[in-house]
Amino acid sequence: MLGAHEEHPQPGSRSHQVTAQAAPSPTAETKLQAPLVRVENLVKHFPAGGGLLGRNVVHAVDGVSLAIQPGETLGLVGESGCGKSTLGRVIVRLLPATSGHVYFRETDLTKMRGEKLRRLRQEIQMIFQDPYASLNPRMTVGDIVSEPLRNFGVARGKKADQKVQEMMRVVGLNPNFVNRYPHEFSGGQRQRIGIARSLVLDPTFIVADEPVSALDVSIQAQIVNLMEDLQAKFNLTFLFIAHDLSVVRHISDRVAVMYLGKIVEIGAADAIRDRPLHPYTKVLQSSVPVPDPDLEAARKPILLKGDIPSPVNPPAACRFHTRCPIAQKICSEVDPPLEQKEDGRFVACHFPGKL
Amino acid sequence: MQDLRVQFEVPGGVVTAVDGIDFEVDRGEIVGIVGESGSGKTMTALSLLRLIPEPGKITNGRILYGEKDVVQMTDEEIREFRGNEVAMIFQDPMTSLNPVLRVGFQIEEAMAAHSRFTGRQAHDRVVPMLQRVRIPAAKDRIRDYPHQFSGGMRQRAMIAMGISNEPSLLIADEPTTALDVTVQASIIELLRDLSRELRAAVILITHNMALVASLCNRVVVMYAGRIVEQGPTRAIFKNPQHPYTWSLLRSMPRMDEVGHERLVSIRGLPPDLSKMPPGCKFHPRCRFRIDRCLTEEPALVQVDPGQDARCWVLMKNIPNPEAEAIK
Repeated sequence: MLGAHEEHPQPGSRSHQVTAQAAPSPTAETKLQAPLVRVENLVKHFPAGGGLLGRNVVHAVDGVSLAIQPGETLGLVGESGCGKSTLGRVIVRLLPATSGHVYFRETDLTKMRGEKLRRLRQEIQMIFQDPYASLNPRMTVGDIVSEPLRNFGVARGKKADQKVQEMMRVVGLNPNFVNRYPHEFSGGQRQRIGIARSLVLDPTFIVADEPVSALDVSIQAQIVNLMEDLQAKFNLTFLFIAHDLSVVRHISDRVAVMYLGKIVEIGAADAIRDRPLHPYTKVLQSSVPVPDPDLEAARKPILLKGDIPSPVNPPAACRFHTRCPIAQKICSEVDPPLEQKEDGRFVACHFPGKL
Repeated sequence: MQDLRVQFEVPGGVVTAVDGIDFEVDRGEIVGIVGESGSGKTMTALSLLRLIPEPGKITNGRILYGEKDVVQMTDEEIREFRGNEVAMIFQDPMTSLNPVLRVGFQIEEAMAAHSRFTGRQAHDRVVPMLQRVRIPAAKDRIRDYPHQFSGGMRQRAMIAMGISNEPSLLIADEPTTALDVTVQASIIELLRDLSRELRAAVILITHNMALVASLCNRVVVMYAGRIVEQGPTRAIFKNPQHPYTWSLLRSMPRMDEVGHERLVSIRGLPPDLSKMPPGCKFHPRCRFRIDRCLTEEPALVQVDPGQDARCWVLMKNIPNPEAEAIK
């Protein structure tokens, strides 16, 4: 389809060159360096109540492994209830893991306690979806942005004020507004406040959970561009969580697709879009409308039967087999592992590329 | 709709939410009304049913449905009009279905309330209606409560209720915004098929340009309570003339984007309806404005056969808009 590949990607650079011939996949090179974040067999279960003795369990994240290279943006897509937000929260340790490991620069976050964890946490920040709910309405913008500085004892007084003003400028807010309250700002401006707060401790890794989906279209572009600029400026590494495949493809170097608590496919953003190998990725890709009436007239979405199964009782073996258009007997018997099918592309499917 | 104006009396003055809207929809046609929050797109749709919330009022204009003016209808007439001729589908089906009544009963009730069908007929039509909106095992699902339905199924049930009286006008207000993309795809297909089968006129209200490209024959772009551009879908997408339409189309990441292009961001915010700027309402955010835009508001004029835009400049007069826009 669209033969776009990234050639010789530098971590953190956004130089997407279009080449006719196949270029080496991004991970081929970046694999040589140690990942900044490595998630290993991560599991997060929630008690759901109900069931025999109230022992039902929501399998929100069920054995996820992935690595994020320094300076890259890894996109995480999936539909509501697939566990993508939970995964993000477990990675930054807003939620404890049920089992498995999250390594940040080869240090296991899930094992860390006390002061050591606090110190590492300065480097790991989060941006939330709802800029209305994630800012304390009783605090001024200055206090919101400087709170991490005070919490971590990094700076106070004049020094903190200076840092806040600098961050406000960096995210495109008027530094004179420090004494205003969140309700005096629009949704897009509030998201900028949240971003300023996440940057004030000079983090290296930011998990952004649906940072633009609550915003109007014309404002979304402002925030997406801002995040790209900030990444280049501060050499940030992003985990960008969203349900919208077009936004995720645009901003990400690589994309991971999640279904019912598991990663079903992971690979370079353009390659996943152009040639999805997992049937679920293919369904997602075919479902996204394009703002072009001619292309839309030709697009044939693959419609799925039924609804997403409950994560309390996920289907056995391949979790997608109950809805998969090409499922065979083996799909309900053997859980396909996430395996490298080609350079830099991992797929969990018995029949990759067959849909 | 002719020269429609909707105003709200608020402490300290009058706010005009919709100002001078003219458009028409034919049977079998799907017209998209696009705009951001506060653009007046939902108010325009609600005024078609005279459902503007207090203290809003239609202060000018006519809404002709066939020969009848909706604005002048008596309460009894408007009730019949809403129930028999028009169906409205909302964004969030959970808040528009009654949670304590069975889904089948609610659809039956909607039919029985307007005397087109007898009680018996209405009862017998419930299952076929649910089948028509492709709810699997419809017979077994009519006794379910709304919470037992998934989001997509609830939206289908709402659509079934809406079309149960065979309306000639269907208004869908962000019908897929709350839904996942795979579910959205199936609802789009359903709406497309129904508009064909029912030969109804459909008005789709949305902020999603891609959805419009997928479904609509014609597009109306609204900004600050006004139509800033309208025309056939193809013309609007291939050859937008208003800077707002043009920027909107380039502000969204496209699934078919090759490589990585920087998004065009529209600076600033939509205007506060109580503090409208003088001149063109888009000028504070427009990258292509000229002096005249600051003081004089342009009229909606034809720029191509069937395509109108409200702009002094027009995109066709700007040689290299892309370079201009990402400066």
